[in-house]
Amino acid sequence: MSEALLEEPVFEAVPRWRQLLGRLLRNRSAVAGSTVLLILVLLAAFAPLIAPYDPFKINPAQRLMPPGALHWLGTDEVGRDLLSRIIHGTRYFLLICAVTASISASIGTVLGLIAGAGSSLTDGIIMRMIDILLAFPYILMVLVVVAILGPSLWTGMAAVGIAGIPGYARLVRSAVLTIKAEDYVVSVRALGASEAEILFRTVLPNVLSPLIVYLSFATPLAALLASALSFAGLGTQPPAPEWGAMLVNSRTYLFSAWWAVAAPGTALFISIFGMNILGNGLRDVLDPRS
Amino acid sequence: MTTILPSPRHGPPLLEIRDLRTQFGFGPGTVNAVQGVDLRIAPGEIVGLVGESGSGKSVLALSILRLIQTPGRIAGGQILFDGRDVLAMSARDLGRWRGRDIGIIFQQPQGCLNPVRRIGWQVAEPLRQQERLTRRAAWDGAVSLLRSVGIPAPEEKALAYPHQLSGGQAQRVMIAIALALRPRLLIADEPTTALDVTIQAQILELLRDSCRHAGTSLLLVTHDLGVVARLADRVAVMYAGRIVEDGPVATMLDDPGHPYARGLLRAAPRLGQSGGERLQDIPGGIPDLSRAAPGCAFAPRCGRRASLALARCLEEMPPLATVRPDHRLRCWAAPDATGARS
Repeated sequence: MSEALLEEPVFEAVPRWRQLLGRLLRNRSAVAGSTVLLILVLLAAFAPLIAPYDPFKINPAQRLMPPGALHWLGTDEVGRDLLSRIIHGTRYFLLICAVTASISASIGTVLGLIAGAGSSLTDGIIMRMIDILLAFPYILMVLVVVAILGPSLWTGMAAVGIAGIPGYARLVRSAVLTIKAEDYVVSVRALGASEAEILFRTVLPNVLSPLIVYLSFATPLAALLASALSFAGLGTQPPAPEWGAMLVNSRTYLFSAWWAVAAPGTALFISIFGMNILGNGLRDVLDPRS
Repeated sequence: MTTILPSPRHGPPLLEIRDLRTQFGFGPGTVNAVQGVDLRIAPGEIVGLVGESGSGKSVLALSILRLIQTPGRIAGGQILFDGRDVLAMSARDLGRWRGRDIGIIFQQPQGCLNPVRRIGWQVAEPLRQQERLTRRAAWDGAVSLLRSVGIPAPEEKALAYPHQLSGGQAQRVMIAIALALRPRLLIADEPTTALDVTIQAQILELLRDSCRHAGTSLLLVTHDLGVVARLADRVAVMYAGRIVEDGPVATMLDDPGHPYARGLLRAAPRLGQSGGERLQDIPGGIPDLSRAAPGCAFAPRCGRRASLALARCLEEMPPLATVRPDHRLRCWAAPDATGARS
């Protein structure tokens, strides 16, 4: 019998990213999550074209109008069109997601790599610093950073970004430690690869899958925290149409004009839920065991 | 069965291990996995290293390449490769020596391939790093290496990822990677244990032919005497971190001197064995390697000692004595070099 028959060739001449894309498209929660994200991106990109009104235009004659033909989602306490504000708010939401994720992920990944690959002394120093960060409640740490830097959109994002560093650092460190013990790392070491080559060519590419998944879970949480910060008056300042800030402005009218609270709240909920289920789908797709 | 070739056993050895000791852990719980191994491998020679699980053979294999990770460490001894002191090499020299002069393949081929890189690049990597080839040249080299280890349609297969390979194909790829730089010694640590029986023979043949073709020495670590019979020129038997017997394959398979080696032989099925004959196991298990006991490590399990009632076996470790020019044996109870065997 020929060996080809015995070994059942299972080669597919499809590049890995296309295989992954195919699996992503077959994964329902990943598709739903990506759709939400895509809609957010499109709304943010074309906000001035899509929004029916100027999001800052005050119209005292139409204060707290319920949803109707003129204002699909109603108006707020100074008569601004809620739909337009929600649509422009996607820009803040995505900006917050991008900036906080970049800060947390880049610094956290570098720290985690150094800790996981370095000597036990560097590992100890970095991880004890991370432990100190973790010892403070997330929100308290953010409040401290904002108290030092002063409340604004950018300081809020910086604070949330810094607060996210420990999670990334711990994730990357533990992934590095696991991968360092894998047989394929021993194999490339046996072929004469230096420790730096092993770290960047073998370990790092294998850290990316768990990192991408964590990113998709941690980012919406960070966005939520940033909104909470705005809600507390310590992040984005009015009149910017940021969803958290919109919530805080409208909360006094909760019983008389529920829509003014429901609109930004629902937008926040759908966006964060969408990113979460995208994370769920990505985890399934990127898991090599599936 | 064994290939008849001019014996390469004389002349300076390629690898010479002297009194190598490898330990794991610290303090009273220290495990002495390898406790004073002496072994020589000549250029072009195929040496089988046999022993049961936990006898220290894989640790020895990793120690030779200095791949032992903390909490393990090489506690003493010497490893000479073509006269160079391996234990004294700098990290830089070690990196150049590994891959170029010595290669290793492991039991689980699929775990040894990076899951997120195409296998072509993994084969090409040593060519690029050590031979300084361009991407294109290294890729072409990788394709021809894959062809030489019997991978069908190597141009396409080079684009595959490890999970798309079967176990046998993955081991072929590992052999291609290990032999990419034509090392002078290849260590194969149980290369066929994880594979289907039908594939085992093909992989062993590939190993033997590749090594014979390139004049590469092979240290074949296995617990399978059938594998040894097929490939090896010489067999070393390891027990509890020590070599207990070391001799030419024919002698070792026909009439080994050490009771443990005899036990291994009786425990292995042979072709032509009559149905009524039962395989015999060796009663007991390997001793606790964290406790140093005087005497022969095998003595508590040894039937010969029991029948001869030798007190010395329990009191003093027998030396690895040369019983014939190419045959060494560590046993008090064995007939001496001149005496006839019963």
